[in-house]
Amino acid sequence: MTNILETRKVVKRFGGLVAVSDLTFNIPQSSIVSIIGPNGAGKTTFFNCITGFYNIDEGDIVFNGRSIKGRSPDQIARLGISRTYQNIRLFNSMSTIENILAGMEPQLRSNWIGALFHLPGTVKEEREALLEANRLLDFVGLRGKGDDLARNLPYGDQRRLEIARALASKPKLLLLDEPTAGMNPRETAETTEFIKHLRDELGITILLIEHDMRVVMGISEHITVLDYGKKIAEGKPAEIQSNPQVIEAYLGRGAAASATIEVPA
Amino acid sequence: MAQPSTFNKAVRIGLITGVVALSVSAIGMVETFDVRDIITGVLTLGQLLLFSTALIAGYFSWQKGEGVSPAGAVLRGLVAGLLTAVPPILLVIVANLWPDIRNSFVNVSASLIDILTFDQGMVTGSLILLAVMGVLGIIGAAFDLLPGRVQKPLLYGFLAMLGIGLLSEILLLILRPYTPRALLNFLFGAKGITPITAVIIFIVAAGFSAWWDVQGKNAAERRRVNRSPSTAKQLRRLNIGLLIAFILILPLIMGTYLTEVADIVGTFILMGLGLNIVVGFAGLLDLGYVAFFAIGAYVMGLLTTQSDLGIGGISFWAALPFSVLAATLAGIILGVPVLRMRGDYLAIVTLGFGEIIRVLVVSDLLKPYIGGAQGILQIGKPEVLGFVFVQPEHYYYLILAGCLLAVFVSWRFRDARLGRRWMALREDEDVAEAMGIRLVSTKLMAFATGAAFSGLAGAIFASRLSSIFPHSFNLLISINVLSLIIVGGLGSLPGVVVGALVLVGLPEMLREFAEYRLLLYGALLIVTMLLRPEGLWPSPVRRRELHEADLERESDEAEEVHSMA
Repeated sequence: MTNILETRKVVKRFGGLVAVSDLTFNIPQSSIVSIIGPNGAGKTTFFNCITGFYNIDEGDIVFNGRSIKGRSPDQIARLGISRTYQNIRLFNSMSTIENILAGMEPQLRSNWIGALFHLPGTVKEEREALLEANRLLDFVGLRGKGDDLARNLPYGDQRRLEIARALASKPKLLLLDEPTAGMNPRETAETTEFIKHLRDELGITILLIEHDMRVVMGISEHITVLDYGKKIAEGKPAEIQSNPQVIEAYLGRGAAASATIEVPA
Repeated sequence: MAQPSTFNKAVRIGLITGVVALSVSAIGMVETFDVRDIITGVLTLGQLLLFSTALIAGYFSWQKGEGVSPAGAVLRGLVAGLLTAVPPILLVIVANLWPDIRNSFVNVSASLIDILTFDQGMVTGSLILLAVMGVLGIIGAAFDLLPGRVQKPLLYGFLAMLGIGLLSEILLLILRPYTPRALLNFLFGAKGITPITAVIIFIVAAGFSAWWDVQGKNAAERRRVNRSPSTAKQLRRLNIGLLIAFILILPLIMGTYLTEVADIVGTFILMGLGLNIVVGFAGLLDLGYVAFFAIGAYVMGLLTTQSDLGIGGISFWAALPFSVLAATLAGIILGVPVLRMRGDYLAIVTLGFGEIIRVLVVSDLLKPYIGGAQGILQIGKPEVLGFVFVQPEHYYYLILAGCLLAVFVSWRFRDARLGRRWMALREDEDVAEAMGIRLVSTKLMAFATGAAFSGLAGAIFASRLSSIFPHSFNLLISINVLSLIIVGGLGSLPGVVVGALVLVGLPEMLREFAEYRLLLYGALLIVTMLLRPEGLWPSPVRRRELHEADLERESDEAEEVHSMA
């Protein structure tokens, strides 16, 4: 299986603090991979490195066989990496459907001249974009809420909208930063299904940061564990669950001897 | 007695409004505004300002849901009203005991004291003031006791009366040529409207408001619902057509003076539309916006002037594209270095840019080329087939054309991909970039478009006045334009027009405001932020979700397009 994303000895420092250290890891095409680790382990920082929001200090990141080191976030988005945020970051004063349309940016070609004179190409592109946005609205189950302001949506819908906006750019790799944070068990189960569905139906590769072990163990094919910016373990869910180093990182040294990470049924 | 805590509120609000009453008196506003009669011999603008403090105090002295009895409410209103009168009365007493106070507080004049005491001397006058403010406090408090269907007509009747009274001078100017003298004398006093007119206006406005609430609104709603989509569309077209016709014939109705005011307002609308793109759409706070206005004006001046400074002495129309182009380029040149700046930092840098342009214009260095403080004179006028634009009425149409062009461009850009990019940028720059939006081109496009509108405004401004001076391009213009788009509603096109009418048009028409213009802006901005943060006329959410039927139709159409291609 080919890897869609490979990071090679990535280092990111903030002054004296090494937030990501020597991180090498691969994401196979069309897989669901999770990153877990205690708070402050460098998971979100790693996301920011992949999306170009931070420049990495050492190492290399290769996406689809091309190095994306040093590229700007918009270039990386155009190459096919899209993301959501831990604390939802929607365009709050825009309507739901306009959020999705804004996410389609990498797909659109029209320019201001076309907009000014309503040239046929621009009109056609806008109409198709609107159709596509409406389809996405349906796909994430937000039909009927397209004209609501994003800030007025309930929490769960905001999470869905953020995913819809990320999907609008037709990404090859989707980074989800704690997609089930703050959800009740039923919503969490729905979201888990939905993520699986994304991969199965659309073939999108998914990289996930998640704290909810039920979600992580349930859908990941591969898990990487970070602690203090370092990779301390990786493997299949079953291997991670019984890895003593992981248990130590999560529960402390004393607990490591007797425990396994518990996955609530 | 009710709980003391609610009385505290009445006392607190009374003291606040009292201090306000004292301030507006002591800074001279009451006296300056006293020259304008709203209702002849009954109420002047100065008195309105003074008395409204007590009304407001009464209104806010209690709140529904606090378990206050009607009597308690009236009592609270009385307390708040009386307290409002206390600081002005203290001022009267102090001014009587120590007349020297005028050396420090120049606005505490004899005529101000006369206004505050109703020409009745210190003791009687103070008592009258106390009584009046107390009664007004009671009225303010009692207003909230009335049911909504009575409140609304009263309020609208009152506002209509005051509004028409305030603008009576202008109405008189407009009506004079068409109306018989006897009727005018009946309607208008020496200044302001006659008491009879005031009563008539009150009754008509209140009556209409009451009728509208009871019957008219429902009837209109019924008619609107029953209307077929095609009729609705026709009606919309008709309305727009009527509006355009009205705007077109406006100069004929208004006369030269008011048309001149309209020209000034129009220039600010044009600038407002430009800044609305930069600040309202793209969220880039630009405080040096006057720079582009100045550049447009100076390029126009230099290219068309007949004086020694001139470069070309070319025609207005030939110079116009250069003015706009120069401003646009300046917008891009300013845009490049500030690409990475946000919020406050951007504001400071643009502020500096505006000042740089102003300083350059007055500098001795450039004096041989652009005239320094003496400015540029004899700037060219537009000419169409031998007809030369001279009168304000002529420029009215030129400015109108400019505004319509700017509205059209703003509107097309807003609803296109570009507009979405601007708004995404405004909402969250980092996320916008992570969504694949190119920041550089998006920001530069906003700066360039905004600057182009401002340059156009500047070019017309220079030609209209036929001379320009550096002091016309100060920071205040930037502040004016920014204030008007905030008050109108950031990002809203009709909001720009409303904002310009309120913030530029009103002070131009009511000359007393001139001195207190900045105070008025400050007060209006605060009130807007508190009561209507979205502005007077916010832009509505654009409805774009397609419903089942639309979706199918659109899909079919899209397929047809595909199969044809």
